[in-house]
Order: sequence, then C-alpha cells, then structure tokens
Amino acid sequence: MVPTILGRIQTRLFLLAIVGGILTALITPVLPVDGPMGDRFQATFIVLAAIAVIGIAWELIYHFVMQWRWEKDWPTLFGLLTLVPEGIAVWLLAHNDLLPGLPGAVPTDAFLIHFLVVWVIVWAVANGPMRVPFIRWRFRGGRLV
Amino acid sequence: MTNARNLTAPVVPAVPAAPAALLPAPNPATLPGWLQRANFWTEDMISRAGLPMYDVPIVSVGGGMGSFVTTNYLRVVGGVPAEDIRVLSNASHPWQTYEYLATMSQIPRWDRIRSDSASRPDNLWGFPSYALQETLKNKTLLPLMRVLLEPVFAHFYTPVLGTVLDSIKAEAERMRYWDMLVQGEVWTVRRRTGGGYFVVLAPRLGAPAGATGPLTQPVVFRCRDVHIAVGYSGLRFLPDLQEFRLKTNDYHHMVNAYENHEHIYSALMSKRPITVLVRGGGIVSSRVLERLISDRKKHGLRTNIVQLLRTYYDDFHGPHQWARRKGKDGFAYQGFNYPKSAWGGQLRFRMDRLEGDDRVEVYDEIGGTTTAWRTHWQRQLRTAHREGWYHTEQGIVEKFGLDGDQVVATVKGRDGVRQLRADYVIDCTGLDGDVAEHRVLRDLLEHCGARRNPLGRLDVERSFELRGAANGEGRIYVTGAASFGGYFPGVDTFLGLQISAQEVVDDMARRGLFEKMGPVRSLAQWFKWAGNRKI
Repeated sequence: MVPTILGRIQTRLFLLAIVGGILTALITPVLPVDGPMGDRFQATFIVLAAIAVIGIAWELIYHFVMQWRWEKDWPTLFGLLTLVPEGIAVWLLAHNDLLPGLPGAVPTDAFLIHFLVVWVIVWAVANGPMRVPFIRWRFRGGRLV
Repeated sequence: MTNARNLTAPVVPAVPAAPAALLPAPNPATLPGWLQRANFWTEDMISRAGLPMYDVPIVSVGGGMGSFVTTNYLRVVGGVPAEDIRVLSNASHPWQTYEYLATMSQIPRWDRIRSDSASRPDNLWGFPSYALQETLKNKTLLPLMRVLLEPVFAHFYTPVLGTVLDSIKAEAERMRYWDMLVQGEVWTVRRRTGGGYFVVLAPRLGAPAGATGPLTQPVVFRCRDVHIAVGYSGLRFLPDLQEFRLKTNDYHHMVNAYENHEHIYSALMSKRPITVLVRGGGIVSSRVLERLISDRKKHGLRTNIVQLLRTYYDDFHGPHQWARRKGKDGFAYQGFNYPKSAWGGQLRFRMDRLEGDDRVEVYDEIGGTTTAWRTHWQRQLRTAHREGWYHTEQGIVEKFGLDGDQVVATVKGRDGVRQLRADYVIDCTGLDGDVAEHRVLRDLLEHCGARRNPLGRLDVERSFELRGAANGEGRIYVTGAASFGGYFPGVDTFLGLQISAQEVVDDMARRGLFEKMGPVRSLAQWFKWAGNRKI
C-alpha cells in the first residue's frame, strides 16, 4: 500500500467501523467471557473504539517511520505485524480496566480472539476486496473522501 | 453537403466494406495544402476535400495499452456503448507494441515483467491480484507469500508476461474492443468550427482485426472528444549512434536493445572470445545481461561483457535521509519504474501541488535509470565479476567508430577520455519521448493550441485534458508517455494508465456525459468481470 497520512486514518476508521463493527457484533456472543450480554457488547465495542482512536496516534508513528523508505510504501507485512504493538497497548489498557466506559477488566483469551479476528480480517480486506467498491481509494493514498 | 450524420447518431465506419470511399487511393500520403494549414476545419472544407466523414462521440487514437485501458474505463466505469467509441490504430491488438518491445528486450512470454501484482490492465479494480490468481490457478501459496514478504524479505512479486497478455485479450473480447477498432494510420486531429474535432485516418484494407493491406483514401471522424495515447515516438537513437550509422552504414555491430538483435546472440554461439558492450543501467540492460550470461553458462561460450554506465551508483544516494535510493556496483535499484508512492501515495500528492521548476526538481529527484533487485541477477553478476569476464565502466560516449570488425567507443569518464573496444554494442538507453517526433503530437502543438509542459512533453491538466485544445463542448485527453512531466508521475506504466483513465472518465462525468461510478455500480461491474459477462 502507498498511504498518505489522511488516507491511513480514514481507512482505519472506515474499516474498523464497518468491517470491525460487523465482526464484533457477530463474535461478541460467542467470546469466552461471563456477564450480561449488554456488558459484553459494551466491552467489545469499547475495545474496538480504542483500537480506532489510539490507532490514530499509531498511524502518525507509522507515517513517520515510512519516511525513511524510498518508495514511501507500507509493505503488506508491516500492516499485519503492527498488530503486535497495537494489540499489547490496547490489551494493557483493557486488561487493567483503564479504558473509559469499560464495564470491567477484559479477560486475555476473549481479548485475543476478538482483536486477532478483527485485525486480520480488516487487514485482508484492506489488501484486496476494498478496491472493488472503492475504485479511487488505492489511487488516493487510502482516502475515501 | 456531407455524408456524415448527426453527432448523437453515430455511424460505424464499415472498414473495408465501404465501397468507393475506401478503395485504395493511388497516393494517399497527403491532404490538400489549404486543409493542412487551417487550424479550424468545417464540414464544408471536409466536403470540398472529398473526404468521407463518419460520426462518433469519442475517438481514441493509438490503439496500444493506453487506448485499451482508457476505453476499458469508458466502457466499464462510464457505461459508454462500444458504438460510441472508435479506436484508431495501426495495431491489430492493443498489446502488439508492448509485446514486441518486451520480446525484443529479452522477456519471453513465460518470464516475469517488472510490474506490481495489483497492476492489472484487464481489471480496473486490481482484485483479484495476479498473485492471488496465480495462487488459485497453480494451487501454491508461494505467490501470495511473496506479496506478504515483499519488498523487505523478498523481492517484489511480478506477473508472468503471458498471463498479463492473455488476461488483456480476454478483457478486450469482453468489452468488444475489436468492434471499436478501425485499423489505419492517423494523420491529424483538428478542431471543428463550432466545437468538437475532426480526426483524419487513412484506413488499412483487410478485416478490422488484423488488417494488413495498403492504406486507402483518408476518411474523417467527426467527434466530440478525442483521447490520444500514442506511446513513445519510437526507439531512442542517441546522436552518437545515429552518427555511427550514418557514417558507416553499419546496422550490424551496434543496435538498440529494442531492435531485433538475435544476430548478436547467434554470433556468440561461435564460441570465439567476443566482447559485447552493454550501454545503460536500466531494466532492459539487466535483461540483456541475463541473456548474455545465461547463454554463456548454458553453451560454454567465451563472451566478455563490458557495461557502460553514464552514472555509477555505488551506495544509497539522494538529497537527504528521507529520499535515499538503494545503489550498488553501479546500478540504482528500485522495485518498479517509479517509487511506488507515485501511483497514489505521497509522491503523487506531492507532485500534484507543484508547478514549473518545482515540479522539474522532483522529477529530477526520482529520475535516473533504475533496475530491479533480483536475487538470480545478483548471483549471475557476482559470478561474472569473480571470473573476470564482466566489468563496468563509467562514462559518457563522445563518439563511436568502426575499426575493422570492431566498434571503438570514445568515452569520457571521471578519469579522462579512453577508448573501449567491443565486437558488438547493445544500446539499452530506451525509447524516444520527444513529442515533436510524432506526427499527430507535433500537429497538436502546431494546430490545436497544445503547449509543452516543463519537461517538454504535452501539457495536460490534472484530468489529462490537453491544455489549450478545448473546443466548445469538446475536449482532447492525452494519456501515456506523451503526458510525462505533468501533475501525475508514472504515466507510462500499467497502473499509471489506469490512474490517468480514471481521471479522464471522472472529468467526463463532471462534464455531465455520464454518471460517476459509485460503490454499488462498481460492485455490479466487478461481478460482471468475474463472470466474464460481455458488456
């Protein structure tokens, strides 16, 4: 991918909202976690929102790192592996009940399943199917508007 | 009186079925002088010149990859019927010139070209990518793994030439390319008094797809919009090479790499010690080296190779930390013809804001000849270096001469002037982009109000509309090599042609000619493509 800073942020927010939102809604009921369904949905959507919002700061860092690349591209693998630092950061916040609006501490196994499913599928969509409905997206640095 | 119909009711020029008008003319080489001199033409003038006229809203001049990609966008994204488009071309199929150049520069159909996995001329969405298609077809994950690891842990995945050409053929059939094609030689494009344009074509006799006969009497297409993508003006013969040929009348010892030069590889098979001077450090030179080195190894030849580089890159190079390109052993390395971000990333947006000298500066920064880093090429060069039958020289050729059966190159380098002797010279310095060398492009400058951009090619808007050539409701769009130097770098590439075509159809949509394609229609069109349903 050859993102611009605005494109990075727009793509992240759009894909997490649409693809991440649908996936979160689908897998929340089957996650290994106790508690009323309302709290479970609240917890997973707060985590999803955290990935999106904190992700804006991550995108600024990635964009800065990208400047050392002659091609000014963001290799496919980078887009996948950045799940490690981002996952750890959000897990630390969620596991320690530090995210505002969280009904309680998030168990690690439930977090891992939710985070990995959302991340990997969003990454896969960004690397291919996204180009089908949005023909201008890839030629505009990932910008949708 | 003319025999043309109204612009809204296009007629299909039945070439060569149309009788009298299309019979071979004894000398179809010129138009009347008074017509050639006029910047604006009228229907009366066409009639007075006795030229048959046909109406069609959109004409695409060129018929190579640029016409294919743009008409594909017009058909798929714009929803323009094939009847409303005519492609005027010397070529019988859009990949004809491309395949010829690829073959001459040593890329057989089974080999891989220097292009990205998602650069699919036949598929404007770039999905599925060539890598995904290859993975599914060959039932191996290797192509997708390469895309995953590129370019840091593996060199870029690149598609096989044959796959690319076959997919273009399939899409050309799907969008009825050959229903749009009229074969012949385009002579000129002129503005029409009252708006739109006239395009003069001398049709070629024979079936529309595969016409090989003589040119016939010229005909005129009256149209609203003209798209021009005629590619490069020809092979680049540097002045020293031209002078050598003029002086010696020798076309044997020194060739442009895009010319057929099999005789050199055949001569090497004699197993005599023969020295080949390879000039240039681009991707074509890498291909030529690959052939020379492979042949030497395979047949036990005694080939010596001297590579002459104008600029010698021995390390990373560039103006600052954020603009440093890889270099080694004389070569500058880059995945593709341009830094990747030219195709929609930072570089595209940076260039988009620049005018005049500022734009030239950035073109200079990303310019220079580059080649791709491929492991087997590196291995070959290391072996050749070590065994002493390959070395590089830095310098600029002052002149070439012939001494007996050898070419002598006088070269000015960092260490002064010296002479290099070789049995053959393969010049890999590329194609000629001078727009004045092309009949149709020169005519645009002289008669249609076109101007040159800061790099000397045709000056186009961000929409690829040719500046100064708008006429009433009509527009001329220029894409491909002739528009190099504009707001968008990377015009002469597969993906660049698609980006340009997208800008063209978006501009036409802004002009109200059809609706801009949104996500729903895009999805619907993609499913048609996936099902190979004709449009």
